[in-house]
Amino acid sequence: MDSWIDLHALWKIVVIGLAAGAGLPALFAIGLRVLAPPRHDAHRVEPGTGTITMAPANVAAASVCFAVVLAAIGYGIYLIVAGS
Amino acid sequence: MGNTFLLVLVVVTALGFDFTNGFHDTANAMATSIATGALPPKTAVALSGVLNLVGAFLSLSVAATIASGLVDTHVVTLTVVFAGLAGGITWNLLTWFFGIPSSSSHALIGGVIGSTIAAAGGHAVQWHNLVEKVIIPAGLSPVIAGGIAVVGTWVIYRISRNVEEGTRTRGFRIGQIGSASMVSLAHGTNDAQKTMGIITLALIVNGSVSANASAPFWVILTCGLAISIGTYAGGWRVIRTLGKGLVEIESPQGMAAESAAAATILLSSHFGYSLSTTHVATGSILGSGVGKKGATVRWSVAGRMATAWVFTLPSAGVVGAAGYGLANGIGGDAGVIVAFAVLVAIAGMIFAKSRKNKVHSDNVNDEWTGTPYPARTAEPSMAA
Repeated sequence: MDSWIDLHALWKIVVIGLAAGAGLPALFAIGLRVLAPPRHDAHRVEPGTGTITMAPANVAAASVCFAVVLAAIGYGIYLIVAGS
Repeated sequence: MGNTFLLVLVVVTALGFDFTNGFHDTANAMATSIATGALPPKTAVALSGVLNLVGAFLSLSVAATIASGLVDTHVVTLTVVFAGLAGGITWNLLTWFFGIPSSSSHALIGGVIGSTIAAAGGHAVQWHNLVEKVIIPAGLSPVIAGGIAVVGTWVIYRISRNVEEGTRTRGFRIGQIGSASMVSLAHGTNDAQKTMGIITLALIVNGSVSANASAPFWVILTCGLAISIGTYAGGWRVIRTLGKGLVEIESPQGMAAESAAAATILLSSHFGYSLSTTHVATGSILGSGVGKKGATVRWSVAGRMATAWVFTLPSAGVVGAAGYGLANGIGGDAGVIVAFAVLVAIAGMIFAKSRKNKVHSDNVNDEWTGTPYPARTAEPSMAA
Protein backbone atom coordinates (compact mmCIF):
# COMPACT_ATOMS: atom_id res chain seq x y z
CA MET A 1 0.00 0.00 0.00
CA ASP A 2 2.81 2.38 0.91
CA SER A 3 4.22 2.16 -2.57
CA TRP A 4 0.97 3.66 -3.84
CA ILE A 5 0.16 6.27 -1.24
CA ASP A 6 2.55 8.25 0.91
CA LEU A 7 0.44 8.17 4.06
CA HIS A 8 2.96 10.25 5.96
CA ALA A 9 2.57 13.16 3.54
CA LEU A 10 -1.16 12.56 3.32
CA TRP A 11 -1.98 13.09 6.98
CA LYS A 12 0.28 16.13 7.09
CA ILE A 13 -1.57 17.64 4.15
CA VAL A 14 -4.91 16.94 5.84
CA VAL A 15 -3.92 18.34 9.26
CA ILE A 16 -1.98 21.40 8.10
CA GLY A 17 -4.57 21.88 5.37
CA LEU A 18 -7.32 22.04 7.97
CA ALA A 19 -5.34 24.48 10.09
CA ALA A 20 -4.57 26.79 7.18
CA GLY A 21 -7.56 26.21 4.91
CA ALA A 22 -10.28 26.22 7.57
CA GLY A 23 -8.50 27.73 10.59
CA LEU A 24 -7.41 30.95 8.91
CA PRO A 25 -10.89 31.74 7.52
CA ALA A 26 -12.23 31.03 11.02
CA LEU A 27 -9.77 33.53 12.51
CA PHE A 28 -10.83 36.02 9.86
CA ALA A 29 -14.46 35.41 10.84
CA ILE A 30 -13.64 36.01 14.50
CA GLY A 31 -11.95 39.27 13.57
CA LEU A 32 -15.01 40.29 11.59
CA ARG A 33 -17.33 39.37 14.41
CA VAL A 34 -15.58 41.41 17.10
CA LEU A 35 -15.41 44.38 14.76
CA ALA A 36 -18.98 44.25 13.51
CA PRO A 37 -21.99 45.20 15.60
CA PRO A 38 -23.98 42.06 16.47
CA ARG A 39 -27.33 41.60 14.82
CA HIS A 40 -29.33 41.62 18.07
CA ASP A 41 -27.75 44.76 19.50
CA ALA A 42 -30.53 47.11 20.61
CA HIS A 43 -28.41 50.15 19.86
CA ARG A 44 -27.38 48.94 16.47
CA VAL A 45 -26.73 51.69 13.99
CA GLU A 46 -28.56 51.16 10.72
CA PRO A 47 -26.16 49.84 8.09
CA GLY A 48 -24.45 52.54 6.16
CA THR A 49 -25.99 55.45 8.03
CA GLY A 50 -23.52 56.38 10.66
CA THR A 51 -20.39 55.70 12.56
CA ILE A 52 -20.16 53.08 15.21
CA THR A 53 -17.90 53.63 18.16
CA MET A 54 -15.91 50.49 18.78
CA ALA A 55 -14.31 49.45 22.00
CA PRO A 56 -10.50 49.59 21.76
CA ALA A 57 -10.35 46.03 23.03
CA ASN A 58 -12.42 44.86 20.07
CA VAL A 59 -10.22 46.71 17.63
CA ALA A 60 -7.13 45.22 19.22
CA ALA A 61 -8.53 41.68 19.14
CA ALA A 62 -9.58 42.03 15.51
CA SER A 63 -6.18 43.43 14.58
CA VAL A 64 -4.48 40.43 16.13
CA CYS A 65 -6.74 38.06 14.16
CA PHE A 66 -6.11 39.80 10.84
CA ALA A 67 -2.39 40.09 11.57
CA VAL A 68 -2.11 36.35 12.20
CA VAL A 69 -3.95 35.62 8.94
CA LEU A 70 -1.65 37.95 6.98
CA ALA A 71 1.45 36.51 8.65
CA ALA A 72 0.38 32.96 7.78
CA ILE A 73 -0.15 33.93 4.12
CA GLY A 74 3.26 35.61 4.08
CA TYR A 75 4.84 32.47 5.51
CA GLY A 76 3.07 30.38 2.89
CA ILE A 77 4.49 32.51 0.08
CA TYR A 78 7.92 32.33 1.69
CA LEU A 79 7.68 28.52 1.67
CA ILE A 80 6.81 28.47 -2.04
CA VAL A 81 9.77 30.68 -2.92
CA ALA A 82 12.21 28.90 -0.64
CA GLY A 83 10.98 25.46 -1.67
CA SER A 84 12.21 25.73 -5.24
CA MET B 1 21.83 19.25 -33.66
CA GLY B 2 18.19 18.59 -34.22
CA ASN B 3 15.48 20.04 -36.32
CA THR B 4 15.01 23.75 -35.59
CA PHE B 5 11.86 24.08 -37.68
CA LEU B 6 10.11 21.28 -35.84
CA LEU B 7 11.31 22.62 -32.51
CA VAL B 8 9.76 26.03 -33.22
CA LEU B 9 6.47 24.37 -34.15
CA VAL B 10 6.50 22.37 -30.91
CA VAL B 11 7.28 25.46 -28.82
CA VAL B 12 4.42 27.38 -30.48
CA THR B 13 2.05 24.47 -29.83
CA ALA B 14 3.23 24.25 -26.22
CA LEU B 15 2.58 27.95 -25.69
CA GLY B 16 -0.83 27.44 -27.28
CA PHE B 17 -1.51 24.70 -24.77
CA ASP B 18 -0.34 27.00 -21.97
CA PHE B 19 -2.81 29.62 -23.17
CA THR B 20 -5.71 27.13 -23.06
CA ASN B 21 -4.48 26.07 -19.64
CA GLY B 22 -4.78 29.61 -18.29
CA PHE B 23 -8.02 30.21 -20.12
CA HIS B 24 -9.57 27.01 -18.80
CA ASP B 25 -8.45 27.55 -15.22
CA THR B 26 -9.32 31.20 -14.57
CA ALA B 27 -12.45 29.76 -13.02
CA ASN B 28 -10.59 27.84 -10.33
CA ALA B 29 -9.45 31.03 -8.68
CA MET B 30 -11.99 33.60 -9.73
CA ALA B 31 -15.37 31.91 -10.35
CA THR B 32 -16.53 32.34 -6.76
CA SER B 33 -15.37 35.96 -6.51
CA ILE B 34 -17.18 36.78 -9.74
CA ALA B 35 -20.34 34.93 -8.66
CA THR B 36 -20.58 36.72 -5.30
CA GLY B 37 -19.74 40.11 -6.77
CA ALA B 38 -16.57 40.44 -4.69
CA LEU B 39 -14.80 41.54 -7.86
CA PRO B 40 -16.14 42.82 -11.18
CA PRO B 41 -15.54 40.08 -13.80
CA LYS B 42 -12.94 42.02 -15.81
CA THR B 43 -11.02 43.05 -12.70
CA ALA B 44 -11.04 39.47 -11.46
CA VAL B 45 -9.49 38.02 -14.62
CA ALA B 46 -6.92 40.84 -14.79
CA LEU B 47 -5.85 40.28 -11.18
CA SER B 48 -5.67 36.54 -11.72
CA GLY B 49 -3.63 37.00 -14.89
CA VAL B 50 -1.04 39.17 -13.17
CA LEU B 51 -0.76 36.80 -10.21
CA ASN B 52 -0.31 33.84 -12.56
CA LEU B 53 2.63 35.63 -14.16
CA VAL B 54 4.16 36.38 -10.76
CA GLY B 55 3.56 32.78 -9.71
CA ALA B 56 5.36 31.46 -12.79
CA PHE B 57 8.53 33.15 -11.60
CA LEU B 58 8.20 32.21 -7.93
CA SER B 59 8.99 28.55 -7.88
CA LEU B 60 10.56 26.17 -10.36
CA SER B 61 10.47 22.91 -8.45
CA VAL B 62 8.01 20.89 -10.52
CA ALA B 63 9.36 21.95 -13.91
CA ALA B 64 10.58 19.12 -16.12
CA THR B 65 9.09 16.44 -13.89
CA ILE B 66 5.83 16.15 -15.76
CA ALA B 67 6.90 13.74 -18.45
CA SER B 68 10.19 12.33 -17.20
CA GLY B 69 8.66 10.23 -14.44
CA LEU B 70 5.74 9.00 -16.51
CA VAL B 71 7.14 7.95 -19.86
CA ASP B 72 10.48 6.60 -20.99
CA THR B 73 12.08 9.81 -22.24
CA HIS B 74 14.42 7.90 -24.57
CA VAL B 75 11.56 7.14 -26.93
CA VAL B 76 10.24 10.70 -26.86
CA THR B 77 10.76 12.65 -30.08
CA LEU B 78 9.60 16.12 -31.07
CA THR B 79 6.71 14.53 -32.94
CA VAL B 80 5.64 12.68 -29.78
CA VAL B 81 5.72 15.90 -27.77
CA PHE B 82 3.79 17.72 -30.48
CA ALA B 83 1.08 15.04 -30.69
CA GLY B 84 0.76 14.97 -26.90
CA LEU B 85 0.23 18.71 -26.81
CA ALA B 86 -2.33 18.45 -29.58
CA GLY B 87 -4.28 15.92 -27.49
CA GLY B 88 -4.18 18.23 -24.47
CA ILE B 89 -5.30 21.29 -26.44
CA THR B 90 -8.17 19.46 -28.13
CA TRP B 91 -9.53 18.11 -24.84
CA ASN B 92 -9.15 21.50 -23.14
CA LEU B 93 -11.11 23.25 -25.89
CA LEU B 94 -13.86 20.62 -25.99
CA THR B 95 -14.42 20.68 -22.23
CA TRP B 96 -14.34 24.48 -22.27
CA PHE B 97 -17.02 24.46 -24.97
CA PHE B 98 -19.26 22.37 -22.73
CA GLY B 99 -18.37 24.52 -19.73
CA ILE B 100 -16.80 21.63 -17.85
CA PRO B 101 -13.88 22.43 -15.53
CA SER B 102 -11.58 19.53 -16.40
CA SER B 103 -7.93 19.24 -15.52
CA SER B 104 -5.43 20.74 -17.95
CA SER B 105 -2.66 18.73 -16.31
CA HIS B 106 -4.49 15.49 -16.96
CA ALA B 107 -5.19 16.56 -20.54
CA LEU B 108 -1.47 17.16 -21.08
CA ILE B 109 -0.37 13.96 -19.34
CA GLY B 110 -3.00 11.94 -21.20
CA GLY B 111 -1.95 13.41 -24.53
CA VAL B 112 1.74 12.70 -23.96
CA ILE B 113 1.05 9.15 -22.79
CA GLY B 114 -1.20 8.50 -25.78
CA SER B 115 1.37 9.72 -28.28
CA THR B 116 4.13 7.78 -26.50
CA ILE B 117 2.12 4.55 -26.69
CA ALA B 118 1.47 5.19 -30.39
CA ALA B 119 5.18 5.76 -30.95
CA ALA B 120 6.75 3.05 -28.81
CA GLY B 121 4.07 0.85 -27.27
CA GLY B 122 2.66 0.49 -23.77
CA HIS B 123 5.92 -0.61 -22.14
CA ALA B 124 7.31 2.91 -22.59
CA VAL B 125 4.80 4.16 -20.01
CA GLN B 126 5.65 3.89 -16.31
CA TRP B 127 2.22 2.72 -15.21
CA HIS B 128 3.03 2.45 -11.52
CA ASN B 129 4.17 6.07 -11.41
CA LEU B 130 1.12 7.10 -13.38
CA VAL B 131 -1.18 5.55 -10.78
CA GLU B 132 0.85 6.73 -7.80
CA LYS B 133 1.61 10.28 -8.91
CA VAL B 134 -1.38 11.15 -11.05
CA ILE B 135 -4.43 8.95 -10.58
CA ILE B 136 -4.47 8.43 -6.80
CA PRO B 137 -3.73 12.11 -5.99
CA ALA B 138 -6.46 13.05 -8.46
CA GLY B 139 -8.93 10.89 -6.57
CA LEU B 140 -7.87 12.07 -3.12
CA SER B 141 -7.26 15.78 -3.63
CA PRO B 142 -10.85 16.92 -4.32
CA VAL B 143 -12.06 14.92 -1.31
CA ILE B 144 -9.45 16.45 1.00
CA ALA B 145 -9.99 19.98 -0.29
CA GLY B 146 -13.75 19.46 -0.15
CA GLY B 147 -13.55 18.23 3.44
CA ILE B 148 -11.51 21.25 4.48
CA ALA B 149 -14.03 23.52 2.77
CA VAL B 150 -16.95 21.81 4.55
CA VAL B 151 -15.30 22.39 7.94
CA GLY B 152 -14.27 25.93 7.06
CA THR B 153 -17.71 26.89 5.77
CA TRP B 154 -19.51 25.44 8.78
CA VAL B 155 -17.15 27.14 11.24
CA ILE B 156 -17.24 30.60 9.69
CA TYR B 157 -21.03 30.62 9.37
CA ARG B 158 -21.22 29.56 13.00
CA ILE B 159 -18.80 32.28 14.16
CA SER B 160 -20.38 35.01 12.09
CA ARG B 161 -24.04 34.03 12.62
CA ASN B 162 -24.75 37.13 14.71
CA VAL B 163 -23.01 39.51 12.37
CA GLU B 164 -25.38 41.67 10.42
CA GLU B 165 -25.94 40.35 6.88
CA GLY B 166 -24.54 43.29 4.89
CA THR B 167 -21.44 43.62 7.04
CA ARG B 168 -20.81 39.91 6.79
CA THR B 169 -21.12 39.85 3.02
CA ARG B 170 -18.79 42.84 2.62
CA GLY B 171 -16.27 41.52 5.11
CA PHE B 172 -15.99 38.10 3.56
CA ARG B 173 -15.75 39.59 0.08
CA ILE B 174 -12.43 41.09 1.16
CA GLY B 175 -11.32 37.74 2.53
CA GLN B 176 -12.46 36.12 -0.67
CA ILE B 177 -10.32 38.38 -2.83
CA GLY B 178 -7.31 37.52 -0.68
CA SER B 179 -7.86 33.77 -0.81
CA ALA B 180 -8.65 33.79 -4.55
CA SER B 181 -5.41 35.68 -5.13
CA MET B 182 -3.54 32.92 -3.35
CA VAL B 183 -5.14 30.33 -5.63
CA SER B 184 -4.08 32.36 -8.69
CA LEU B 185 -0.54 32.54 -7.39
CA ALA B 186 -0.51 28.81 -6.68
CA HIS B 187 -1.87 28.17 -10.18
CA GLY B 188 0.98 30.16 -11.72
CA THR B 189 3.59 28.28 -9.68
CA ASN B 190 2.10 24.89 -10.59
CA ASP B 191 0.64 25.02 -14.05
CA ALA B 192 3.01 27.35 -15.89
CA GLN B 193 5.76 24.96 -14.86
CA LYS B 194 4.13 22.06 -16.62
CA THR B 195 4.52 23.78 -19.98
CA MET B 196 8.01 24.91 -19.03
CA GLY B 197 8.78 21.26 -18.37
CA ILE B 198 7.38 20.20 -21.76
CA ILE B 199 9.33 22.86 -23.68
CA THR B 200 12.49 21.98 -21.76
CA LEU B 201 11.88 18.33 -22.62
CA ALA B 202 11.56 19.27 -26.30
CA LEU B 203 14.82 21.23 -26.09
CA ILE B 204 16.57 18.26 -24.50
CA VAL B 205 15.15 15.82 -27.06
CA ASN B 206 16.33 18.09 -29.84
CA GLY B 207 19.79 18.33 -28.33
CA SER B 208 19.50 22.10 -27.94
CA VAL B 209 20.29 21.92 -24.22
CA SER B 210 21.97 19.25 -22.14
CA ALA B 211 19.88 16.49 -20.57
CA ASN B 212 20.00 17.88 -17.05
CA ALA B 213 19.34 21.47 -17.99
CA SER B 214 16.73 23.48 -16.16
CA ALA B 215 14.29 25.70 -18.03
CA PRO B 216 16.06 28.60 -19.82
CA PHE B 217 14.90 32.10 -18.94
CA TRP B 218 13.05 32.70 -22.22
CA VAL B 219 11.03 29.55 -21.57
CA ILE B 220 10.01 30.75 -18.11
CA LEU B 221 9.09 34.17 -19.48
CA THR B 222 7.06 32.99 -22.46
CA CYS B 223 5.23 30.32 -20.43
CA GLY B 224 4.40 32.83 -17.71
CA LEU B 225 3.09 35.25 -20.32
CA ALA B 226 1.07 32.64 -22.22
CA ILE B 227 -0.71 31.35 -19.12
CA SER B 228 -1.27 34.88 -17.89
CA ILE B 229 -2.78 36.09 -21.17
CA GLY B 230 -4.91 32.95 -21.27
CA THR B 231 -6.13 33.64 -17.77
CA TYR B 232 -6.98 37.21 -18.70
CA ALA B 233 -8.94 36.04 -21.73
CA GLY B 234 -11.13 34.24 -19.20
CA GLY B 235 -12.84 30.95 -19.92
CA TRP B 236 -16.23 32.45 -19.15
CA ARG B 237 -18.11 29.22 -19.79
CA VAL B 238 -16.16 27.37 -17.12
CA ILE B 239 -16.34 30.35 -14.76
CA ARG B 240 -20.12 30.27 -15.10
CA THR B 241 -20.36 26.55 -14.33
CA LEU B 242 -18.14 26.77 -11.28
CA GLY B 243 -19.52 30.03 -9.93
CA LYS B 244 -23.22 29.59 -10.69
CA GLY B 245 -23.85 26.02 -11.77
CA LEU B 246 -22.37 23.86 -9.05
CA VAL B 247 -23.41 25.74 -5.92
CA GLU B 248 -25.33 28.97 -5.36
CA ILE B 249 -22.53 30.68 -3.55
CA GLU B 250 -22.27 33.49 -0.97
CA SER B 251 -19.13 35.34 -0.02
CA PRO B 252 -18.36 33.41 3.21
CA GLN B 253 -18.59 30.17 1.20
CA GLY B 254 -16.38 31.66 -1.46
CA MET B 255 -13.72 32.52 1.06
CA ALA B 256 -13.89 29.05 2.65
CA ALA B 257 -13.68 27.36 -0.75
CA GLU B 258 -10.71 29.37 -2.04
CA SER B 259 -8.84 29.07 1.27
CA ALA B 260 -9.26 25.31 1.26
CA ALA B 261 -8.13 25.15 -2.37
CA ALA B 262 -5.10 27.38 -1.80
CA ALA B 263 -4.02 25.43 1.28
CA THR B 264 -4.38 22.05 -0.44
CA ILE B 265 -2.53 23.06 -3.60
CA LEU B 266 0.33 24.81 -1.85
CA LEU B 267 0.82 22.05 0.74
CA SER B 268 0.71 19.30 -1.86
CA SER B 269 3.24 20.96 -4.11
CA HIS B 270 5.39 21.52 -1.01
CA PHE B 271 5.33 17.73 -0.53
CA GLY B 272 6.16 17.18 -4.19
CA TYR B 273 2.70 16.34 -5.54
CA SER B 274 1.77 18.21 -8.63
CA LEU B 275 -2.00 18.24 -8.31
CA SER B 276 -4.70 19.35 -10.63
CA THR B 277 -5.78 22.82 -9.53
CA THR B 278 -9.12 22.15 -11.18
CA HIS B 279 -9.93 19.05 -9.16
CA VAL B 280 -9.02 20.80 -5.93
CA ALA B 281 -10.98 23.96 -6.67
CA THR B 282 -14.06 22.03 -7.75
CA GLY B 283 -13.94 19.84 -4.64
CA SER B 284 -13.62 22.93 -2.47
CA ILE B 285 -16.56 24.72 -4.04
CA LEU B 286 -18.68 21.60 -3.66
CA GLY B 287 -17.57 21.39 -0.02
CA SER B 288 -18.58 24.97 0.62
CA GLY B 289 -22.07 24.03 -0.57
CA VAL B 290 -22.23 20.96 1.64
CA GLY B 291 -20.99 22.90 4.68
CA LYS B 292 -23.71 25.52 4.58
CA LYS B 293 -27.14 24.52 5.78
CA GLY B 294 -29.77 24.86 3.09
CA ALA B 295 -27.36 25.69 0.28
CA THR B 296 -28.24 24.58 -3.24
CA VAL B 297 -25.79 21.95 -4.47
CA ARG B 298 -26.41 20.64 -7.98
CA TRP B 299 -25.10 17.11 -7.76
CA SER B 300 -26.00 16.43 -11.38
CA VAL B 301 -23.53 19.14 -12.46
CA ALA B 302 -20.93 17.64 -10.12
CA GLY B 303 -21.59 14.20 -11.58
CA ARG B 304 -21.08 15.46 -15.12
CA MET B 305 -17.75 16.97 -14.10
CA ALA B 306 -16.60 13.79 -12.39
CA THR B 307 -17.46 11.82 -15.53
CA ALA B 308 -15.40 14.23 -17.61
CA TRP B 309 -12.47 13.82 -15.21
CA VAL B 310 -12.50 10.07 -15.64
CA PHE B 311 -12.45 10.45 -19.41
CA THR B 312 -9.78 13.17 -19.52
CA LEU B 313 -6.69 10.94 -19.49
CA PRO B 314 -7.94 8.35 -22.01
CA SER B 315 -9.61 10.88 -24.34
CA ALA B 316 -6.62 13.19 -24.53
CA GLY B 317 -4.56 10.03 -24.96
CA VAL B 318 -6.60 8.89 -27.95
CA VAL B 319 -6.25 12.30 -29.62
CA GLY B 320 -2.52 12.31 -28.83
CA ALA B 321 -2.15 8.85 -30.36
CA ALA B 322 -4.18 9.83 -33.42
CA GLY B 323 -2.08 12.98 -33.80
CA TYR B 324 1.08 10.91 -33.71
CA GLY B 325 -0.39 8.41 -36.16
CA LEU B 326 -1.23 11.19 -38.61
CA ALA B 327 2.10 13.01 -38.32
CA ASN B 328 4.12 9.81 -38.44
CA GLY B 329 2.05 8.28 -41.22
CA ILE B 330 2.80 11.16 -43.56
CA GLY B 331 6.28 11.40 -42.12
CA GLY B 332 8.91 14.07 -41.66
CA ASP B 333 8.25 17.78 -41.23
CA ALA B 334 5.32 17.58 -43.63
CA GLY B 335 3.51 15.16 -41.32
CA VAL B 336 3.79 17.48 -38.35
CA ILE B 337 2.73 20.45 -40.46
CA VAL B 338 -0.41 18.60 -41.61
CA ALA B 339 -1.21 17.56 -38.02
CA PHE B 340 -0.65 21.16 -36.92
CA ALA B 341 -3.05 22.39 -39.60
CA VAL B 342 -5.67 19.86 -38.48
CA LEU B 343 -5.25 21.03 -34.87
CA VAL B 344 -5.70 24.68 -35.87
CA ALA B 345 -8.79 23.73 -37.90
CA ILE B 346 -10.35 21.85 -34.96
CA ALA B 347 -9.61 24.75 -32.61
CA GLY B 348 -11.12 27.18 -35.11
CA MET B 349 -14.26 25.09 -35.43
CA ILE B 350 -14.79 24.92 -31.68
CA PHE B 351 -14.29 28.68 -31.36
CA ALA B 352 -16.70 29.37 -34.20
CA LYS B 353 -19.35 27.13 -32.63
CA SER B 354 -18.88 28.76 -29.23
CA ARG B 355 -19.73 32.17 -30.64
CA LYS B 356 -23.33 31.11 -31.26
CA ASN B 357 -24.03 31.00 -27.54
CA LYS B 358 -21.35 33.23 -26.24
CA VAL B 359 -20.64 33.57 -22.54
CA HIS B 360 -18.81 36.77 -21.61
CA SER B 361 -18.16 39.09 -18.71
CA ASP B 362 -21.65 40.58 -18.91
CA ASN B 363 -23.80 37.45 -18.84
CA VAL B 364 -21.52 35.15 -16.86
CA ASN B 365 -23.62 35.60 -13.70
CA ASP B 366 -27.07 35.15 -15.26
CA GLU B 367 -29.48 32.67 -13.70
CA TRP B 368 -28.34 29.04 -14.04
CA THR B 369 -30.56 27.20 -16.50
CA GLY B 370 -28.73 23.93 -16.81
CA THR B 371 -26.63 24.86 -19.82
CA PRO B 372 -23.13 26.34 -19.99
CA TYR B 373 -24.55 29.45 -21.62
CA PRO B 374 -27.39 31.67 -20.33
CA ALA B 375 -30.89 31.10 -21.73
CA ARG B 376 -31.23 34.62 -23.04
CA THR B 377 -28.09 35.21 -25.02
CA ALA B 378 -27.03 38.82 -25.14
CA GLU B 379 -25.80 40.54 -28.29
CA PRO B 380 -22.67 38.67 -29.38
CA SER B 381 -20.79 41.93 -29.87
CA MET B 382 -18.84 41.79 -26.62
CA ALA B 383 -15.20 40.90 -26.65
CA ALA B 384 -14.40 37.60 -24.99
